[in-house]
Amino acid sequence: MDLQTILSKYPPQPQYLIEMLIDVDDATEQHYVSEDELRTIAAYVGVRDSQVYSVMSFYTMLSTTPRGKYVIQVCKDVPCYLNDDFNVLKTIQDELAIGIGDTTPDQLFSLELTACIGCCDEAPAMRVNHETYTNLSDEKVRSILESYRSGLL
Amino acid sequence: MIERKELTKRFGVIDPLSIEDYINHDGYEMLKQAITMTPEAIREEVRLSRITGRGGAGFPTAIKMNSFAAEKGEKFIVCNADEGEPGNFKDRYLMEQDPHQIIEGMLISALATGATYGYIYIRGEYRKAIAIMKEAVTEARLYNMLGTHILGSSFTFDIEVRRGAGAYVCGEEFALIESLEGKAGRTRVKPPYPAQRGMFQHPTLINNVETFCNLPFILRIGGAEYAKIGSEYASGTKLISLSGNVRNKGLYEVPYGRTIREVIETLGGGTNTGRPIKMVQLGGACGAIIPDELLDMDIDNERFEMFDSKMGAGAIIVIDDSHDLFDIILRNMEFFAHESCGKCTPCREGHIQLVRLVRKFVDRVATMDDYISLKSLADVIHETTLCGLGQTSPTSILSTMEFFHEDYLDRIQNNKEVRP
Repeated sequence: MDLQTILSKYPPQPQYLIEMLIDVDDATEQHYVSEDELRTIAAYVGVRDSQVYSVMSFYTMLSTTPRGKYVIQVCKDVPCYLNDDFNVLKTIQDELAIGIGDTTPDQLFSLELTACIGCCDEAPAMRVNHETYTNLSDEKVRSILESYRSGLL
Repeated sequence: MIERKELTKRFGVIDPLSIEDYINHDGYEMLKQAITMTPEAIREEVRLSRITGRGGAGFPTAIKMNSFAAEKGEKFIVCNADEGEPGNFKDRYLMEQDPHQIIEGMLISALATGATYGYIYIRGEYRKAIAIMKEAVTEARLYNMLGTHILGSSFTFDIEVRRGAGAYVCGEEFALIESLEGKAGRTRVKPPYPAQRGMFQHPTLINNVETFCNLPFILRIGGAEYAKIGSEYASGTKLISLSGNVRNKGLYEVPYGRTIREVIETLGGGTNTGRPIKMVQLGGACGAIIPDELLDMDIDNERFEMFDSKMGAGAIIVIDDSHDLFDIILRNMEFFAHESCGKCTPCREGHIQLVRLVRKFVDRVATMDDYISLKSLADVIHETTLCGLGQTSPTSILSTMEFFHEDYLDRIQNNKEVRP
């Protein structure tokens, strides 16, 4: 979906900023909002660029810098931690050889931490883009990554 | 029978996306009844029920509703579905399993108070719940449960589903309202409360998902009958999100009056590791951490106030003796350091210092001075911040200083720099 199509879904009012920004992030393969897009959105709803930037930088789901095609978010909170007997994060770092906040050189994966995603009854959990994966095991994490790599997911 | 399924009775029974299914399982019956009642009569049932808010603060729902009903002009209703407190997942289930129950609860609230428009603010991470709620709202419009002249009456009400974008603090009512207005989620000074001046300065009634879900139930059995469920401290049922080192993690609906131990042992099946329970965190990251000896207390809000803490939204996180108390507290503090919106200095700067101090206990290099600083800083954050985040975030520290005092002393006495 291009930017104009996204904007046309919403009235030109600042209250829809977050909705628009999420849509742009979703529609962009690199999951971010570019400076040009940010300016266009600001002009559309009639606020300063800085106001849009302040919103962008406040919310952790939004990014102003390009990310991988698949953004992996690992839950870092206590209920997942208590059930994480193999270390989800370390498994992913082993597989991808990147740190938290980094993107793989092929631009396929970014690795992030997330606050609790409400899957504590099926902990440990992670998200890849908007898909949630629960009851993770070492093998399961590796096979999920492999599925994305090979284009099966 | 410990459980009593009222709000969750349709879970797994109906297709959440089928409004017909909901209607066939007495859905929207209470909307029809409410349309025939006066706003005062509906609010009287809510008052009689003694229900309190289910989002964590436990404020009497009827008081908030009455003060909102007294306001004039264009008024909004907001459903707070920004469930972000670690350990809680009840609202996700309510939205994913029975979305129309929420819509019906909002409609009853609107009839009781004269509001004409509503928002459901769902955290952006809950992608599935967002899709289901949007679909349910669309269906409800097709069936004339939303829109103008609802079910042939003069009642008008519509709902918009809005997404958050990853900010725990937006679960706080004014932060949520700021976010709905398209801004960064930073709270406002109270009073005035949202019921007087909320979204775009209009009176706004904001309640948790579970609170709205209780309204059809209250009307069905009547406020007086509802008040009999539970205990003298709190009425009705409570959804409990049970997680951590426990065999049967999951969502349970129990009447107030049941004990924490009953939930953990009977429903949860005890620890999944076979190890003893070292501690239980109640409510989530913002809640008290209590030892095994206190698990025979019941789950009501009022009782928990004896140690200045509450059950919150109903999370119970079980932690066995293989875990270090300070490691758990550190994770809580790192969470708040990240989630502070930055508006109040004690919260913005204080959590960074709390992390630093707690890490000293984890690393076994803490001194008595660190303990005193930790206590004093936790008290300052608790007492001087504007919103519920800073007011509750130090609870895991303050409660453990009381209930696990020995652990603190042990760390100080066995400081590895003093006694290598």
